[in-house]
Amino acid sequence: MDSTVASTGTEEKTWGGGNEPLKASYGKMMMWFFIVSDALTFSGFLAAYGFSRFKFINEWPIADEVFTHVPFLHGQELPMIYVAIMTFILIMSSVTMVLAVDAGHHMNKAKVTIYMFLTIIGGAIFVGSQAWEWATFIQGDYGAVQTKGGNILQFGEYVTVDGVEKFKRVSIEDLAVVQASDRVDHERKNGLWFVDEGTLPPYTVNEIYEGLVANENVLVRNQFIDENGHKTVLSRAESLKQVKERGKLVVKGANLQVNEYGTTLFADFFFFITGFHGFHVLSGVIINIIIFFNVVLGTYERRGSYEMVEKVGLYWHFVDLVWVFVFTFFYLV
Amino acid sequence: MAHEHKLEIFRGRWKFKSNTQKIWGVLAFLTFITLVEVVLGIYKPDAFMHTWMDPFEGGFFATIGNIILSPIVYMKPLNLIFIVLTIIKAYYIAWDFMHLRDETGSFRKMIVWTGVFLICYLMFILLQEGGYVFNVYNGKDALIKHDF
Repeated sequence: MDSTVASTGTEEKTWGGGNEPLKASYGKMMMWFFIVSDALTFSGFLAAYGFSRFKFINEWPIADEVFTHVPFLHGQELPMIYVAIMTFILIMSSVTMVLAVDAGHHMNKAKVTIYMFLTIIGGAIFVGSQAWEWATFIQGDYGAVQTKGGNILQFGEYVTVDGVEKFKRVSIEDLAVVQASDRVDHERKNGLWFVDEGTLPPYTVNEIYEGLVANENVLVRNQFIDENGHKTVLSRAESLKQVKERGKLVVKGANLQVNEYGTTLFADFFFFITGFHGFHVLSGVIINIIIFFNVVLGTYERRGSYEMVEKVGLYWHFVDLVWVFVFTFFYLV
Repeated sequence: MAHEHKLEIFRGRWKFKSNTQKIWGVLAFLTFITLVEVVLGIYKPDAFMHTWMDPFEGGFFATIGNIILSPIVYMKPLNLIFIVLTIIKAYYIAWDFMHLRDETGSFRKMIVWTGVFLICYLMFILLQEGGYVFNVYNGKDALIKHDF
């Protein structure tokens, strides 16, 4: 082959260059380039998360207190368990994917079909779990009061369980003393037609304050972390003062504007990062389904190579790889 | 089809007979690491909850030392363990599941070092800046009040 003349013809099977630089085919190399650039996008998100966390380092929500739910196990606080299961499901679907790639190398159509199918199922379970995680997060747990400065005041009381004194959270439903109110949701049809109002909070700050006055052992916990790594619990007098003077809005659950678990940025980053990752998983599942049908129809059997399975496999493993980091920085660290 | 696989991990300490067996071996290892992470995350041993070293006090060289040793000086050992375990997991996913182990060395380096360099740079800039903004908010002469 004449190495001084670049061949631009298309007579070769792989790419116009006529050879395979670094012994990687065109498609595989481009998939790797895409993965590197996508990795930079994700690291941009995670670094921004780190920035905001460092900015609020002494008041960032503690993940173990936020993600405590497991499906079908109501009322139990089991931090980490469900997300660990999700991680395992995703790693498992990565394994079935790599087994499909391996079966492809042996031109074993039946095995590729089965393993691709299992991969799709694993991905679907993961996306479903993430949807559940979102729903639980949005739904909220105990509720809280937001201050004028945007900080969060949560409620709880000290209880002794097995001889150990613990701060047990009290939900705003149990606390609030419901009062008659004329305040109704503003709608376009009964008020100004050009102004919208979001949903009203479930309770007013005054109802929560009355409840706090009535329940003498309930204390307020603010979002600042003390030297032992716990959130600060205020004295009774200070609790009443804080809600009375600073309370502005009753918050239940989380969205892009308010977040009952603490700093609003935490919820924003949760939605952005896990959402962006979930979107990758979803598109991965869709691409996997397309490849699955191509396998079933025998496209790659006729082409004589299952390299397409390998390329979509790279993408799928990348999604798993990103999750490993999201898991660490959102749930562990 | 000639697809050569390198059938050993841990620098040859764990050898496999076939690629399929290697995949299951790597899965076992990754599951083990995830379990360690979850157990540490739930129990949070006291020994890992406080930094083992205080930041250096003093001038320019103390600052340089703090930056170089920042994972030990400023980070809880538990978090450092989590991050190291994550990178180990990422290594085995990329090397064995994504077959980087079987690619040409220069191709592998091209992918890995580009990412590592840019990500380290990004992390350094943003975390440094985040720490600075924290001081703007919480310093002795802070002009901004956000708890009211």
